Amino acid sequence: MTEALFEFLLRQGDNSLVLGHRVSEWCGVAPALEEDIALANTALDLIGQTRLWLEYAAEVEGKGRSADDLAFLRDAYDFRNMLLVELPNKDFGQTLMRQFLFDAFQVPWLTALKSSSDQHIADIASKSLQEALYHLERSRDTVIALGDGTKESNARMQEALDRLWPYAGEVFRDDEIDIAMAKKHIAPRPSEIRQTWDATLKETFEAAYLTLSEDRFAHSGGRTGQRHTEHLGHMLATMQVLQRSYPGATW
Amino acid sequence: MYAQMVKSTGKALLSREEMSPQERAFQDRIDQGEKIEPKDWMPEGYRKNLIRQIGQHAHSEIVGQLPEGNWITRAPTLERKANLLAKVQDEAGHGLYLYCAAETLGVSRDQLFEMLHTGKMKYSSIFNYPTLTWADMGAVGWLVDGAAIMNQVPLQRTSYGPYARAMVRICKEESFHQRQGFQIMLTMANGTEDQKRMAQDALNRFWYPALMMFGPSDKDSVHSAQSMAWKIKMNTNDELRQKFVDETVPQAEFLGLTVPDEHLTWNEDTGHYDYSEPDWNEFFDVISGNGPCNTERLEARKMAWDDGAWVREGMLAHARKSQARKAAAE
Ligand SMILES: [Fe+2]
Ligand SMILES: [Fe+2]
Repeated sequence: MTEALFEFLLRQGDNSLVLGHRVSEWCGVAPALEEDIALANTALDLIGQTRLWLEYAAEVEGKGRSADDLAFLRDAYDFRNMLLVELPNKDFGQTLMRQFLFDAFQVPWLTALKSSSDQHIADIASKSLQEALYHLERSRDTVIALGDGTKESNARMQEALDRLWPYAGEVFRDDEIDIAMAKKHIAPRPSEIRQTWDATLKETFEAAYLTLSEDRFAHSGGRTGQRHTEHLGHMLATMQVLQRSYPGATW
Repeated sequence: MYAQMVKSTGKALLSREEMSPQERAFQDRIDQGEKIEPKDWMPEGYRKNLIRQIGQHAHSEIVGQLPEGNWITRAPTLERKANLLAKVQDEAGHGLYLYCAAETLGVSRDQLFEMLHTGKMKYSSIFNYPTLTWADMGAVGWLVDGAAIMNQVPLQRTSYGPYARAMVRICKEESFHQRQGFQIMLTMANGTEDQKRMAQDALNRFWYPALMMFGPSDKDSVHSAQSMAWKIKMNTNDELRQKFVDETVPQAEFLGLTVPDEHLTWNEDTGHYDYSEPDWNEFFDVISGNGPCNTERLEARKMAWDDGAWVREGMLAHARKSQARKAAAE
């Protein structure tokens, strides 16, 4: 049970860590100053959430590791984030589309986690939810604005959606960890969230003049750690360089 | 100092007799410590100088995101990563306040960007230096934000209202940045041999560029008199530089680091440190485009602007369409 809970917490923490890292790559080069500020803010929220999830994960694991140990000293196959969040930023359109697909899941997911039988999880969820609601409002508005905007912005957003779509469904494939969590009323099965997510997407993409594919194919392997994309290793090489190069140093 | 070589309009300081009655009344208001507000009459030279100074300052804030952004993805702990992100976000916010202050003088943010991208406007020379190790995040916060504070605290009393008010908000955050930078330096200076080496190396590389932030020596600074009379510059370059040296040297000693100046000595008579001047040839090289990172910094900003054009156009088109749809519905 402890092991399943640990895995579950890694999934939460790694999603926010990996996405937070990706978003932070935008620092100083966003399309407008307001976006620089907003992207930094999103990254900051996600890194803050990471600390809460990974601190609890480390505590549950009980092997004396810290949140930083988990973030900076695990290799790619020990990461449990969904593939979607590790994909490269590409242009601003793909970055915001990825953010929207994630936020649209994260809001109902954290809302459900607020009633977790595990009080610590319920507390982290309710704090994170405030931020996720704001992120969703922003990413949704941006997707709609750019979908509606010009011919070029519409084409770019459609391209972003098509490119990311095969990575969006991974999270809804319940596995034994999800079932174990559901049995203990720690979390719902992710598939229970799908309807809400589908509704948000439908409503948003209609307003954005974007077409959602009927195809339900979904890549998987991120949240189980079985097969990440090639991109995660490069991200970790950058992210972990100091901790790996100078073992035992305090920063 | 983020505005270090602000060219004035070229005219020498006017005497009272040479001033028009309007100019005299304006100068009287400034001398009495009144704030000038956007709707008030002001001499054209005052407006132009302010636009240059505030614009240069604003550009420095946003270009300043780049050398620190260089380490966000490599920050060694989650806490350091969050702190650095928050700092860089603050700097973008400072840019925003300052562009808004400049807009009250009748120049748009897009116009100012245009002037940055075409090289007509400058930003502080300090951001043309590379950040090479994690200790540079300490050195930048400690020395660069520290030098910025020296300059900006007096600017809270500057004569132009919107600029003075922007400075009040900015200064609070800058002192926080400086403390955060000093904390990084302290951790490194007390760390492993590698970390100590990084800390000393960062101080070696950033000491003189930080001194250059205050601009050329007073004897070579031709543009100051009018700006000081207008209270858009509050102290001379050398005054501020001396103050910075006096405050920073004891901090370096506390860190156990060596300031890279063999002539640095405490002078009992003056009550100040005697120190070596930076290499002014290097300074003028950097200012004229030949610093280690000038090309890359400007390239990064221009690329961000060009790559983001479709986003800004899309947002604008959507705003117009929404407005039209709303109007049609009424
Ligand atoms: Fe700043
Ligand atoms: Fe700062």
